[in-house]
Amino acid sequence: MPHIEPGSEQALIALEGVEKWYGTFHALKNINLSVHKGEKIVLCGPSGSGKSTLIRCINRLEDIQRGRIVVEGLTLDDSGKTVDAVRREVGMVFQSFNLFPHMTIIENCMLAPMRVRAMSKADARDIATKYLGKVRIGDQADKYPAQLSGGQQQRAAIARALCMEPKVMLFDEPTSALDPEMVKEVLDTMIGLARDGMTMICVTHEMGFARQVADRVIFMASGEVIEEAQPDEFFSTPRHDRTKAFLGEILAHH
Amino acid sequence: MGYVLDFGVVYERLPELLLAALSTIGLAVAGMSLATLIGVLGVLTRTSKSSLLRIPTIAFVEVIRNTPFLVQIFFIFFALPQFGIRLNPTATAIIALAVNGGAYAIEIIRGGVESIGKGQIEAGLALGLHKAQVFRHIVLKPAFRAIYPSLTSQFIMLTLTTSVCTSIAAYELTSVAQRIESDTFRSFEVYFSITLIYLAISGLMMALFSAISKLLFSYPVR
Ligand SMILES: Nc1ncnc2c1ncn2[C@@H]1O[C@H](COP(=O)(O)OP(=O)(O)OP(=O)(O)O)[C@@H](O)[C@H]1O
Ligand SMILES: [Mg+2]
Repeated sequence: MPHIEPGSEQALIALEGVEKWYGTFHALKNINLSVHKGEKIVLCGPSGSGKSTLIRCINRLEDIQRGRIVVEGLTLDDSGKTVDAVRREVGMVFQSFNLFPHMTIIENCMLAPMRVRAMSKADARDIATKYLGKVRIGDQADKYPAQLSGGQQQRAAIARALCMEPKVMLFDEPTSALDPEMVKEVLDTMIGLARDGMTMICVTHEMGFARQVADRVIFMASGEVIEEAQPDEFFSTPRHDRTKAFLGEILAHH
Repeated sequence: MGYVLDFGVVYERLPELLLAALSTIGLAVAGMSLATLIGVLGVLTRTSKSSLLRIPTIAFVEVIRNTPFLVQIFFIFFALPQFGIRLNPTATAIIALAVNGGAYAIEIIRGGVESIGKGQIEAGLALGLHKAQVFRHIVLKPAFRAIYPSLTSQFIMLTLTTSVCTSIAAYELTSVAQRIESDTFRSFEVYFSITLIYLAISGLMMALFSAISKLLFSYPVR
């Protein structure tokens, strides 16, 4: 049973019987998942197992062919309105940061509050300053992305997403593109966010992070959820052979 | 006896040439501005999902890029009046330059837009921006930066192409030079002089383009 925070009866995110095809390729097979407010989920699995596809369906960067995805009580469909509403509540952090190169860090953070939330420039600046401070790069606000280290860029990307004050944060391998010495600063930022009670779904192979913050670890292979468990149980007594093989490989690398 | 150079007549009529040069610059700037607008809008229709928008854009680009500018300007000036559309030479020149430059600009700018990574667009959408906002705020500037050298050299070409507007007696440098030459028979002096003036105009344009580039595209990239 997922750990449920008091006062949150309904799941924040629910996937019910989700099926996704890329042409004839079956990328997601009968995915059922519910995430409650404040929960932290770590999603792992071999390359090509559908981890990115799954979280990208939650903010409709990918559409689904069957099943249902409900975010904050809104069922995702083709209407622009629901997609807009869902994207306003769901922040996303990408492996390759995807900061906008022609804007300073603070401008990156101010864009969506101004254009999507129709905030004034002054208010957007305040909120951007707040979150840049939170990820401890307040002093980099007026630099351009290319002038920052990878770790700083990823923290800026986290701040940019936070500026929309989302209810959920999706992370797609946020540390995989980083030099090893910068992984920790980004993980620490994510741990801080988890401590503040953010609901998070993180695709990551950082097992230390999973042990420390995850309420549940979900293991996927070939488009299916193979195993789902609390971290202690997941690492100590994996049930499926594919999970065991995967963990053996991951732990050998770390 | 050889030909004796005499720049005196040109010097006397220099004010006329310089005024005409200003008109040339005006035609070029108006043409380029409209061409850029056509370019940006054309990229949107060219890459639209609707074939009702996409196919006419492709046809427009292909027709313009595969026919001579002289024919295009004659078409607007002499053929359109048959359908009641009558434009003065200056308006005709500006429209012809805009249409011609626009067709090339569509293809050039499209290349720039396609060079923008999918991740940039997805980051914008994930933040809740609409497609049009993503295009306007995220794609456009880096796209222009990517193709700026090609676009500006196309625009230098367009500037020099204004001389073809002589053919409809538009007021610009070459047509004024032609008139001075027929008044004075000083062919060498006149055309030598406007050669220098065209060089100066091109130089000015390049300086302008480089100033714009410094203003807009000075952000660092890796
Ligand atoms: N746009 C697409 N078109 C066709 N197939 C795709 C597309 N995107 C992903 N796929 C396929 O779907 C499968 C799942 O991809 P996905 O990116 O979700 O995997 P992943 O688990 O995130 O892998 P990785 O660890 O490599 O990031 C892969 O086999 C991939 O080739
Ligand atoms: Mg992935």
